[in-house]
Amino acid sequence: MSRTILKIACASLIASAAIAAHHAAGATDAAPASPQKKPYTVKDGKVDINTYHGYLYYGDQCMRCHGPDGAGSSYAPNLTESLKVMTKEQVENTIINGRKHVDSSNEKVMPAFGTNEDVVENMDNIYNYLLARSDGALGRGHPEHLDP
Amino acid sequence: MNSKKSVLAMSACMLAGSAVLGSAPSLANEELSKLSKDPSQWVMPLGNYSSQRYSELTQINTKTAKSLHPVWTFSTGVLRGHEGGPLVIGDMMYVSTPFPNTVFALSLKDAGKIAWKYEPKQDANVIPVMCCDTVNRGVSYTPDNGGMIFLHQADTSLVALDAKTGKVVWNIKDGDPGKGETGTSAPLVVKDKVLIGISGGEFGMRGRLTAYNIKDGSKAWIAYSEGTDSELKFDPQKTTVMGQPVGADSSLKTWKGDQYKNGGGATWGWISYDPSLNMIYYGSGNPGTWNPTQRPGDNKWSMTVFARDADTGEAKWVYQMTPHDQWDYDGINEMILADVPVHGKSTKALVHFDRNGFAYVLDRVNGKLLEAEKYDPAVNWASKIDMASGRPVLVDQFGPGAQGADHNTKNVCPAALGSKDEQPASYSPKNHMFFVPTNHVCMDYEPFKVSYTAGQPYVGATLSMYPPQGQNNLGNFIAYDVNQGKIAWSDPETFSVWSGALATAGDVVAYGTLDGNLKVVDQKTGKLLYKFKTPSGIIGNINTYTYGGKQYLAVLSGVGGWAGIGMAAGLSEDNAGLGAVGAYKQLSNYTQLGGVLTVFGLSN
Repeated sequence: MSRTILKIACASLIASAAIAAHHAAGATDAAPASPQKKPYTVKDGKVDINTYHGYLYYGDQCMRCHGPDGAGSSYAPNLTESLKVMTKEQVENTIINGRKHVDSSNEKVMPAFGTNEDVVENMDNIYNYLLARSDGALGRGHPEHLDP
Repeated sequence: MNSKKSVLAMSACMLAGSAVLGSAPSLANEELSKLSKDPSQWVMPLGNYSSQRYSELTQINTKTAKSLHPVWTFSTGVLRGHEGGPLVIGDMMYVSTPFPNTVFALSLKDAGKIAWKYEPKQDANVIPVMCCDTVNRGVSYTPDNGGMIFLHQADTSLVALDAKTGKVVWNIKDGDPGKGETGTSAPLVVKDKVLIGISGGEFGMRGRLTAYNIKDGSKAWIAYSEGTDSELKFDPQKTTVMGQPVGADSSLKTWKGDQYKNGGGATWGWISYDPSLNMIYYGSGNPGTWNPTQRPGDNKWSMTVFARDADTGEAKWVYQMTPHDQWDYDGINEMILADVPVHGKSTKALVHFDRNGFAYVLDRVNGKLLEAEKYDPAVNWASKIDMASGRPVLVDQFGPGAQGADHNTKNVCPAALGSKDEQPASYSPKNHMFFVPTNHVCMDYEPFKVSYTAGQPYVGATLSMYPPQGQNNLGNFIAYDVNQGKIAWSDPETFSVWSGALATAGDVVAYGTLDGNLKVVDQKTGKLLYKFKTPSGIIGNINTYTYGGKQYLAVLSGVGGWAGIGMAAGLSEDNAGLGAVGAYKQLSNYTQLGGVLTVFGLSN
């Protein structure tokens, strides 16, 4: 059983890595990599189109547990706080493989999204949206987007 | 193929068997009916077959309510959202919890001493495929076999337990959590069968109601929400909608290709039963996905009230409230069966406070629509329900489908939570008034294209929620008069009221609030008579019973569910410019997790 899960997880990591690489190539023009440069743009409360897509897919796939605007629910963590202590790699790994915390006082399980095309293809966008929220650059609610 | 054939043959035999049984009275059913009329016990999730959540008890009344106080409490040891409520049979109380779905039998003789405990072993991978928290809406009881308790587990197992010992009598699996199918709803016992619905409308499953034989857990019949006429258990000529035959392929015609196979229509709410008509009533949920442009057509029979023969499952009549849903207005809320005056005329009515914000009154014999009025003035997605066609008159400005995908439709009321969700209302036959726990929340809704992967969310929309413009209360507890189709009184609440109400012959009505208060108010005026802050937010249903000649109220607190997701952190920032500056405080400032049963009694 565990081997099968491992295989699936590995397969999805490879798939996501390939997709992520593809995305990164496409995204380079919009946001060149630099240690100072944030991977999102927020101007007058409006966000770049990729971050906007991150907002949409967050609402689609993550909000049902993590609450509106990444702010946490009665049982799932506030991601605007989590992103202050997690690296991008840790976040991606958690999204792809999920996470389990089940014992006598916890029933927390995050599913593995590695086979979910919509999540994998938008993982950078979702991360950037949450980072903008975590950095305090973007407020709550439905953002408007800048012209693509 | 072979196994399919043998299943078909088996179910044919069962149908024949049940037809014979159907004509003979079931002793167990008669006993259960009798027990449900005894106000000292609470033997069904919604009190009685009519789902009225009403009690004839009068010790707790408008004069005595002020001396209520907690008499004993019990921690379930489980943290997540506690919906549903306890059953009381004889001197035993039965309580179930969210995942891991522990069942406790508590002895009333000894202030809740644990007589037995049953904790199923379930794969924790079911947790993240439960849409909105790991809730469970309670167990059911049958006097068969000396008494059995039915538990509908998160992983869709239906387990029959010996009511005296907690030992498993039988255990069957209804669905596949690997495809996002889960169990949250309370079963209903009708004659020699136990009925259960299924959850998973956000995961592209196909809704159905299934009847199992109490004797051994074998399947008696299954009726889908979408599909062919035989899957629906429809007779194109005899099954009616708005008094007319539905005709052939009534569901298939309203879906593009085979989209209906991931069509949702989950049946995660409550089931009612009218013994004199031998008909059961329940509703179906949202069609999949939440992106309406991706699934053209009326998407029948999602968002529908079903009336079926209790023995065979054959559909008698149907009524779709929200054709081609664009808002996630599931039609699963309770169907209250009441003999009540409607526009002055005594009526065998089915009254349903739908998520879409309209209170529907139907003739429960033939499914004809008698009345449909807004029970929250904020409702704006439709101007009214056209009484001739039964269809809502849509307001395009507030239709995400009309606006198209990738467009943010703003200020739609109600939000996807609905003007009311599963939290059941109460009806008093004494004054013909309905007492309804409501949400008062609006939303922005943006649909977009999504792809289907088994066991992964199949949603395709994002939304933001906030109070109606210029207002700061997110809920109301209301009294509703179906005779006039009007709200009689409305008590504003800071948060959505997400607790099942209880009206009694003592002229009081009780409900819980998300910030954790149990409240008892006067049925005539809504005036507060008593309140007590329980350990956590209340999303459970209030029940009443007597023991040793004294009346008690019992309720589970333990915040969570949709309410806990949407509101734990507050819906919006205080300065978000919504016309409700400083209006909204975070629920997490009021309450934390933790399941506790609190039992209230009167001073001597």
